[in-house]
Amino acid sequence: MGILEVKGVNKRFGGLQALGDVNLSVEENTVHAIIGPNGAGKSTLLNCLVGKLIPDTGSVMFAGQSVLGRKPHEINQMGISRVFQTPEIFADLTVLENVMIPCFAKRDGSFRMHAIESVGSEKEILEMAEQMLADVNMLEKRDMHSGSLSRGDKRRLEMAMCLVQQPRLLLLDEPTAGMARADTNNTIDLLKEINQKRDITMCIIEHDMHVVFSLAQRITVLAQGTPLVEDTPDKIKGHPKVREAYLGEAA
Amino acid sequence: MPGLDRKDTRFFILIVAATLLMPFILQPFPEGSGMAQFNAGYPDLMQRFVIFGIFAMGFNILFGLTGYLSFGHAAFLGVGSYATVWMYKLLGFNVVPGLILAVICSAIFAVVIGYVSLRRSGIYFSILTLAFAEMSYRLAYSVLTPITNGETGLQVYSNDPQVLMGPGSPESTHFFGLEMASSYVMQIGGWAFTFNFGFYFAAAIFIAMFYLTMRIFRSPFGMMLRAVKSNQQRMNYTGLNSRPYTLAAFVISGSYAGLAGGLLAAMDPLAGAERMFWTESGAVVLMTILGGAGTLLGPVLGAGFIKYFENIFSKINDNVLHGWFAWMPDGLEDFMVAIIHPFVGKGWHLTLGLLFMAVVIFLPGGLVEGGQRVARIFRRRDKKAPEGSPEEQAAEQRNPGPAE
Repeated sequence: MGILEVKGVNKRFGGLQALGDVNLSVEENTVHAIIGPNGAGKSTLLNCLVGKLIPDTGSVMFAGQSVLGRKPHEINQMGISRVFQTPEIFADLTVLENVMIPCFAKRDGSFRMHAIESVGSEKEILEMAEQMLADVNMLEKRDMHSGSLSRGDKRRLEMAMCLVQQPRLLLLDEPTAGMARADTNNTIDLLKEINQKRDITMCIIEHDMHVVFSLAQRITVLAQGTPLVEDTPDKIKGHPKVREAYLGEAA
Repeated sequence: MPGLDRKDTRFFILIVAATLLMPFILQPFPEGSGMAQFNAGYPDLMQRFVIFGIFAMGFNILFGLTGYLSFGHAAFLGVGSYATVWMYKLLGFNVVPGLILAVICSAIFAVVIGYVSLRRSGIYFSILTLAFAEMSYRLAYSVLTPITNGETGLQVYSNDPQVLMGPGSPESTHFFGLEMASSYVMQIGGWAFTFNFGFYFAAAIFIAMFYLTMRIFRSPFGMMLRAVKSNQQRMNYTGLNSRPYTLAAFVISGSYAGLAGGLLAAMDPLAGAERMFWTESGAVVLMTILGGAGTLLGPVLGAGFIKYFENIFSKINDNVLHGWFAWMPDGLEDFMVAIIHPFVGKGWHLTLGLLFMAVVIFLPGGLVEGGQRVARIFRRRDKKAPEGSPEEQAAEQRNPGPAE
């Protein structure tokens, strides 16, 4: 029984069958990659996991509870964090504030009227946020306006915002899209470290085979909305069906 | 000050001093001099400065922090005024019950309007709030005549119950016996400085509200409101429910407006439907943007600016202009008067409009940004200060940076 269990999920957009009978099981403390050609339904599946979309049929269970029908903020409070394809950060706020907000969300829940307390007096939150920034090597940028960060730093900041909440499951939507090779390798190292040091289960959607094969312990190949195979990286590499659907044209 | 760091405390003390010294600051020209008409140190106008300062400050908590542009804030102003006048009619001329009821009524009203309007964002939110304010205005004007006294406006009549009025109670608005209208005029040389109790009463509330606003800006709650403006999607995926945050901001901001409306009625025991008219809602948007949305001081400055124009520029008529240019040859005098005429007197809106356009185009951060730029020029002369973008400067203004 995995921490995330997706069973028989279907999703139609008008005449298009975006997801057809998807079954997926993500084991705790593993890195699970979902790959597939463009339009295979990877992002739709992810959106079904975080409450942005509701599947037509099927069930999505996280740690024994259904996430269907819950709002994104409720799903986050259950312990699922998400990194977006293009970094979603609070661009008008400083780097430190960006990390403090998830800390508040973790401690105080989805709403708390703390209008009279001063941010400066929240020592434990400040410490937690600074520690996190130090962990991702961004402490010296704490007072920078986060909108003026480089793309790689924005990604790192977004990752820090998710990690500081100590989620049980981290969903990553193409975490290295548009990155230079050096940045990509840094991200891979960061993700590896996160998985090993923090025991965070990860589910990655990725195009870059280099990233997938350096990180994932299990891979699901999605094609036209249905899972083709699910196996270990070594087996996937040599799988004829996968080659045909995906690697054949990409490699 | 409790809850403020040293930089903020200094800033707050400056604000308190400036507010309390307004009768001096706004009266720079001696009586009877040609410039005396630019003096703004008379009670009625000073009261307006601080009252509309409160109104704009509250509006800024919603618009400046969360980015939700309400186009119906005058509705709360009107509700506050009506509530206060009703307390005069039922209880007596002490302003305290009226102000309390004004805040409660406008807050309840804001919960209702906010709950519905905040289901949408952007332009749709603005339209919804505008629609609510227009409905309120129409209702106050006609259907709700028993409560609002319609066109005539609500006022106190001699046959009203006023149950708390004793034989010795003042016949005008007062704060436990101290009448709002009482003034003391101090003559120094050619200058006359007016100290009015009504102004100081409103100023004390203004200072309290400024302090509260400062605390909200520096609080985790204030940070969440800025997060709403910055990226609501990220906020939701971070486990925060943005809806109650925006509703809380809306209600707080509506209560400020209600308090301002109550204070207007405290200075002058009248309430009319025109206080809810959409131009009044538009004015507070102008004040906030002109001064600098999202900054602490900006909306107050903007409110002062607009009220100054409304009251001072509008009084410059052709006679005054002829007086100014009397030293010129006749033809030239008439020519100058003809050129300036459209911009002053009844045309003061034109000057204000041009000014507003100039600010929006050249100083998107409002007058506060203008002030910061000037300050930076001076600072750079002292030392080669690292240059920051206007946004950074604005952000710095909003948050006490650990730097310095």
